[in-house]
Amino acid sequence: MKALHDFLEKKVKPNFVEGGKLSKLWVVYDSLETFAFTPGHTTSKGTHIKDGIDLKRTMFLVILAMIPCLLFGTWNIGHHYFISINAPGATELGSMFWEKLGIGAVKVLPLIAVSYGVGLGIEFLFAGLRKHSINEGFLVSGMLIPLIMPVDVPLWMVAVATAFAVIIGKEVFGGTGMNILNIALTTRAFLFFAYPKQMSGEIWIHEALQNKAAGLAMADGYTGATALGELATTVGRDKGTSEVVSTMGQFAESGMYSIQNCFLGVIPGCVGETSALACLIGAAILIFTGIASWRIIVSFLAGGLAMGALFNVFGANAFMDVSPVHQVVMGGFMFGMVFMATDPVTAAQTAAGKWIYGFLAGFLSIMIRVFNPAYPEGVMMAILFMNVMAPTIDHYVIQSNVKRRMKRMTLQTANA
Amino acid sequence: MEHVSIFVKGIFIENMIFAYFLGMCSYLAVSKTVKTAVGLGMAVIFVLGITVPINYLLENFVLKEGALTWISPEYANIDLSFLSFIMFIAVIASMVQLVEMIVEKFAPALYGALGIFLPLIAVNCSILGGALFMQERQYPSIGEATVFGLGSGVGWLLAIVAIAAIREKIRYSNVPAPLKGLGITFIITGLMGIAFMSFMGIEI
Repeated sequence: MKALHDFLEKKVKPNFVEGGKLSKLWVVYDSLETFAFTPGHTTSKGTHIKDGIDLKRTMFLVILAMIPCLLFGTWNIGHHYFISINAPGATELGSMFWEKLGIGAVKVLPLIAVSYGVGLGIEFLFAGLRKHSINEGFLVSGMLIPLIMPVDVPLWMVAVATAFAVIIGKEVFGGTGMNILNIALTTRAFLFFAYPKQMSGEIWIHEALQNKAAGLAMADGYTGATALGELATTVGRDKGTSEVVSTMGQFAESGMYSIQNCFLGVIPGCVGETSALACLIGAAILIFTGIASWRIIVSFLAGGLAMGALFNVFGANAFMDVSPVHQVVMGGFMFGMVFMATDPVTAAQTAAGKWIYGFLAGFLSIMIRVFNPAYPEGVMMAILFMNVMAPTIDHYVIQSNVKRRMKRMTLQTANA
Repeated sequence: MEHVSIFVKGIFIENMIFAYFLGMCSYLAVSKTVKTAVGLGMAVIFVLGITVPINYLLENFVLKEGALTWISPEYANIDLSFLSFIMFIAVIASMVQLVEMIVEKFAPALYGALGIFLPLIAVNCSILGGALFMQERQYPSIGEATVFGLGSGVGWLLAIVAIAAIREKIRYSNVPAPLKGLGITFIITGLMGIAFMSFMGIEI
């Protein structure tokens, strides 16, 4: 490390400082250097808090927490690819481990590269233009974006959506920490509304469309739809019709979308969101290190379960009859709960506000999912909506705190 | 049940701001602080809650074709609906005058803060929009028309309070100079519109 430090200080740095050959690229150098070494400068006035954990390390821990989702998602792509082409023995979870991982990696790595390339490129550009140092905010967003994309999404769409989210969602507000909507969710929502045709249908399995065109039959009874997509087809139909009964059969104990399968995540879906187990491992890391707010995670889960139970009481259609536990392990609920709702920038900031924010987000996730067949993935929209409402919640929490303390103060002065 | 569904629809699914972009002028101009936003939102709820049912009565007993039969059966084929714009606006303007007097009397601070935008509620598109939607959708009873008016008002209040809270939050953000003020507000409105799209298409 010492050698590297000396090399950077003596040979590289002079090129970038004021007057050097590459002084225009100072922000780039600065951001890369601080990855390896703690910056030497300190604040010059006022008090400051010194802590071992700074923005870079926070972001790094979040990425670490996402690794289980990423690895599982990569394997899952291959798993479903081999099932869809009817490869012998593919349904065994343990079989062809490396082949499955390989297929997945071929799909996931370009997504990650595009997301980071476009996002960081824009970030560097803005930092250079606006003369501020590069923030690390995009490190997490750039990893979240590939994890919430369908497998076969065209890369140029990811690039366009990422550019939109980073520029309109973040940079115009003044950069990292100033955005009002979660960047990754903005990307997803942009794709969803701008290219609705490409963002629905058979995009959840790698090359499902090409295989179909080539006349390769899928495995029997294998539709390649997401669990929520299947459930959305039952809305507005009588519970007793044979199609609905056969669809719901897949959600029973031995079906493809049983609770165990949904919990483990061996179902089609966005790259990183399918496995509730992997998300919970991430949640454990985030809560243990104190990065994510446990209040939001707990209240989000409570909101989802409450709405699921409420739907059970009504039971107007087959979708409403799905048990609350099954509801929360399906789709992006867990992923949104752990990685999206807890975003410290866009979530509510006050403790009481976090409880309200989390509960409503979880509640709305399940509600939109059931009520709005057009958007089976309600979690994304629910969290975006609560992002918009978070400042309002905070405002009223703070106002009520102010009011309570004023009351206490007048009481005390009256007693004195 | 029908009333509840119309109310919820007015707030979320057919939100005046994010679904129809009506009443944008005061929404953009008076959303600097939450306090004034709440005041204006309340005034809009009040005006919508009164003018929509009054206009409903006008529509059904004066303006619609055959509406005058309650006076005498010989008026059965008189159609005064060409007068609806002018009648609706007259009702709205007089109601706004009333609200203005009430606010001035009981909340002078709010009256000062709202300034010109209080009388301007008279030309707030969402108010006339509410009356015209009522006419177009042909609500079967005055109760439903009232609930629709109140729901639209609450939706408008929700929208303006949410953006006011966001604008308070980003007050010290380093927004690029050309976008400061209204520019960033338009962008926020667009992003909020994306978030509200979660409710579009829900059938209740």
